[in-house]
Amino acid sequence: MSSTNTGVLNEVKSVAPINRSKLSFVLGDVVFKFTALFFALVVLMLLIGIVAMLIQGSLPAFQAFGWGFITGNDWDPVQDIYGAWPSLVGTLVAALIAMLIGLPLSFGIAIFITEMAPQWLKRPVGTAVELLAAVPSIIYGMWGLFFFAPFFAAYIQPGLVAVLGPLPIFGVLFQMPTLGGSSGVSVLTAGIVLAIMVIPFMASVMRDVFEIVPGSLRESAYAMGATTWEVVWNVVLPYTKTGVVGGVMLGLGRALGETMAVTFIIGNASQLGSSLLDPGTTIAAKLANEFNEADGLQMDSLVAMGLILFIITFVVLMLSKLMLMRLAASQEGSKT
Amino acid sequence: MNLYTRRKLINTFNMTAAVLTTVVGVMLLSWILIVLIMKGVGAINWTIFTEMTPPPGSAGGLANALVGSLMITMVAVVIGTPIGIMAGTYLAEYGKQSVFAEVVRTINDILLSAPSIIIGVFVYALMVKPMGHFSGWAGAVALAIIVIPVVLRTTENMLSLVPTQMREAAAALGAPKWMVISSVVYKAAIAGMVTGVLLAVARITGETAPLLFTALNNQFWSTDMNDSMANLPVVIFQFAMSPYDDWRELAWAAALLITTLVLVMNILARVLLPENKTR
Repeated sequence: MSSTNTGVLNEVKSVAPINRSKLSFVLGDVVFKFTALFFALVVLMLLIGIVAMLIQGSLPAFQAFGWGFITGNDWDPVQDIYGAWPSLVGTLVAALIAMLIGLPLSFGIAIFITEMAPQWLKRPVGTAVELLAAVPSIIYGMWGLFFFAPFFAAYIQPGLVAVLGPLPIFGVLFQMPTLGGSSGVSVLTAGIVLAIMVIPFMASVMRDVFEIVPGSLRESAYAMGATTWEVVWNVVLPYTKTGVVGGVMLGLGRALGETMAVTFIIGNASQLGSSLLDPGTTIAAKLANEFNEADGLQMDSLVAMGLILFIITFVVLMLSKLMLMRLAASQEGSKT
Repeated sequence: MNLYTRRKLINTFNMTAAVLTTVVGVMLLSWILIVLIMKGVGAINWTIFTEMTPPPGSAGGLANALVGSLMITMVAVVIGTPIGIMAGTYLAEYGKQSVFAEVVRTINDILLSAPSIIIGVFVYALMVKPMGHFSGWAGAVALAIIVIPVVLRTTENMLSLVPTQMREAAAALGAPKWMVISSVVYKAAIAGMVTGVLLAVARITGETAPLLFTALNNQFWSTDMNDSMANLPVVIFQFAMSPYDDWRELAWAAALLITTLVLVMNILARVLLPENKTR
């Protein structure tokens, strides 16, 4: 009994000297906290710096062309006239194609992984999908240029033109390319490769949100005699719809800002073709191709396009954050 | 057709579609990997590691680009990791739910999803233009800006997974907060934090767009970070887009090297972190 008492006393004694150096402790705390705060501020400053630089760099372009810069069709370094329209439309169209193709595919993959795959298959397929999201985009670009585009031009393009070309309104989108010949390099192939790039990304987000659906909800629906599809469509999807939309938005943001894959495949034409099979360009591809050789007003115009791209991806990200936050909020609401 | 059969039919159709989409997805992605391996393995040999990038029309290697990439990546990690870890520590341990912390968190998400080419443009204006020439330093800074948000986010997530009781226990022993964080919380979260750094390295290994306007390329052997520097991604871009067969061969070899590296790092990160909690 007494021996344990002295043990405690000894420990108290050994703690005592620490109190004497309290000053250095407090100092350490202050230094540590402010270092952490400082680096958090660095992150803040980075974004402010990027935005400030983009705005400052693009001012001359907006001063020279006004709002007409956005709708301007020409990109003519010789006469020093620049417009963002063809690149802007190319960016949006390629991303739209990527979403139209990528969305159903990643939805299907997510359903397969969460609702259908046997347990032993879930992890391998899931991991494979996630690993593929890590493959550098330049690899997709090389594959697209050397393998997919020629394959597309040889086997898919003629069929598309023959079947969809004669259609009344949409037909104009599927005319044989007038500008790029038959190399398969076009806005459509760029959109398809972008779709393949964002599929792993969107599929893994969808799988994650599908998995948060409580098992009891699924089981009740099955107990009522619902088919797997009815469970997915009437239970899982309504429960997770904001999360799904958030994931899709993240994929869209990626598709909009993707540079290397697109630069390889889209053909980098500065004119806007009417057909999806014509080559085109995107803002990111235009920057990658011309930035290093540009100066003066051309450089300013390129930075201005960068600003436009940044604003678009910013808006898309904010929308996706809003959606994911609403999902989190509704989840907390249902718990209580 | 009665309702029952119709429901079953719809179900069969949609489920078959789901299986088919998975098959199509897996096939497309294996097509990419198979192409990469077939083209890459044929092009890889020892000279890749010993010789410089050649002028058009002759054989050569990738030695200068390998070294350049290694140096740029290392400097980027050295710059980016401390910033990311300290800022992540601030959010998890000090800022928590405060307005400032929420603002930094949102900004971090913006940086995380900002098109990487914009970051290239930013560093061009920040460093290349004032210095008057392309440089390895500029490339490293551009990549560091990509490292920061990745490390910040994983650090914050990993630190917030550490149970509060551990902090309380350490504080009850009389440890000041900085000691609690540095010798208890960090130790508990170290595996996750290393994973974050690894994922960041994997991410920048294949990044091409930010290097185009910063490090550019250099045909010769150079370890001078103050000069334009050869690096694998830009070499792949230039060589793959060229009409020369030798160059294209080298581009495939470099592509295989990079992809293997990235995948190995991702798998390592997964092994370090058995439960997938990176989000």
